[in-house]
Amino acid sequence: MPIISTDLRFVDRLGAWKARWGIGRMSYLVPPGLYGIGSPGPDDPVVVTANYKMSYDLVRRALGGRSVWLLVLETFGINVWCAAGKGTFGTDEIVRRVKMTGLAGVVGHRTLILPILGAPGVAAHLVARRCGFRVRYATIRAADLPEYLDNGMVTTPDMGQLTFTARERLVLVPIELVTAVKWAVPVMALMVAISLLSGEGFSFSTLVSPVVLCAGTVMAGAVAAPVLLPVLPGRSFAVKGAITGGGWSALLLWAGWGSGRWLDAMALVLAVTSVSAFLALNFTGSTPFTSRSGVKKEMRLGLPVMAASLLAALFLWIAARLS
Amino acid sequence: MKGFAHLTNVATLELDRDACVGCGMCVAVCPHQVFILQGTKAEIRNFDACMECGACAVNCPVGAIDVDSGVGCASGLINEWVASIRGSKTGGGGCC
Repeated sequence: MPIISTDLRFVDRLGAWKARWGIGRMSYLVPPGLYGIGSPGPDDPVVVTANYKMSYDLVRRALGGRSVWLLVLETFGINVWCAAGKGTFGTDEIVRRVKMTGLAGVVGHRTLILPILGAPGVAAHLVARRCGFRVRYATIRAADLPEYLDNGMVTTPDMGQLTFTARERLVLVPIELVTAVKWAVPVMALMVAISLLSGEGFSFSTLVSPVVLCAGTVMAGAVAAPVLLPVLPGRSFAVKGAITGGGWSALLLWAGWGSGRWLDAMALVLAVTSVSAFLALNFTGSTPFTSRSGVKKEMRLGLPVMAASLLAALFLWIAARLS
Repeated sequence: MKGFAHLTNVATLELDRDACVGCGMCVAVCPHQVFILQGTKAEIRNFDACMECGACAVNCPVGAIDVDSGVGCASGLINEWVASIRGSKTGGGGCC
């Protein structure tokens, strides 16, 4: 049973940064099991977390200077919240891990301290029935654990308050960006190829135009919409994305983009706003307040509109080339 | 959640107050304070704040709460829809 450090080193911060950018994200994990922080004894609390290394790092850092047991569940490198939704941060795994680590023989008490966001996967009453340990849902953020442990294990209103600050939204943007770029690159290549094939020649504008167009659209939908989420009008994510996309296309047109022709301008606006709207809609998967039903409704209403818009943009663009 | 709201009147959350025993677990586990204990029974105080995570339904010892909680992200829903058309099981994709 290893004793672990509560200090995060450069390699830990670098790992977290890489995970945020989607580098090695699916294998950023630690072995599940029972770990010791400080010099824990039979009366010290047991805190439970997922084996996603970012979760594990945040929890151990919060517990610096204390003697605590850390029970790490096998969630296959997925964070607490998503794993709870999938069921891997769940009743079965808690019971299994408690038994495998012989926890009942290590501590005298029968309490497990869980993150509140693990609740979707854990039936507290069933855990108690099956392994004898009582689940206490402590806080949302690991950073609030010290206060929770010091105040007699009381969840204050602040500890149960879910937030989505600008900073919290910003750290979720890199992965959206990386995912969007993976799609944008072939599109850019296709646009360049079409320009070259239509005899426009190998010029600065032939190459840079599609890149600027696509890069800006991706920024509008995958960066601007998430960052500006609370200030963009309306509740629909797709609409917010259409607005940022609309802003980008307006900027391009104002800067003299394209041939100044009506058909090209319409094609631009329709294409940019629909792609930006789709990217913004995807951000719902990273938010802590959208519901499955809400996203379904947005998709049912929005996807046909986005598809029709994109198709219309294509026809207008072809029409512009032919006339 | 302060300052953030998604669509109204879409949540599939249902509370059977007759079955409720007032244990307060739903109040404890909900990250959006959807529930409140009124006397000896739970009550929904903010229906539109529900994100259908399912924590309340899973932790209700008497099964008084029902909610359609599943994958809630656009790409996950698209995966589900495609799988239903193809008749195959959802693979989960690169996210989870």
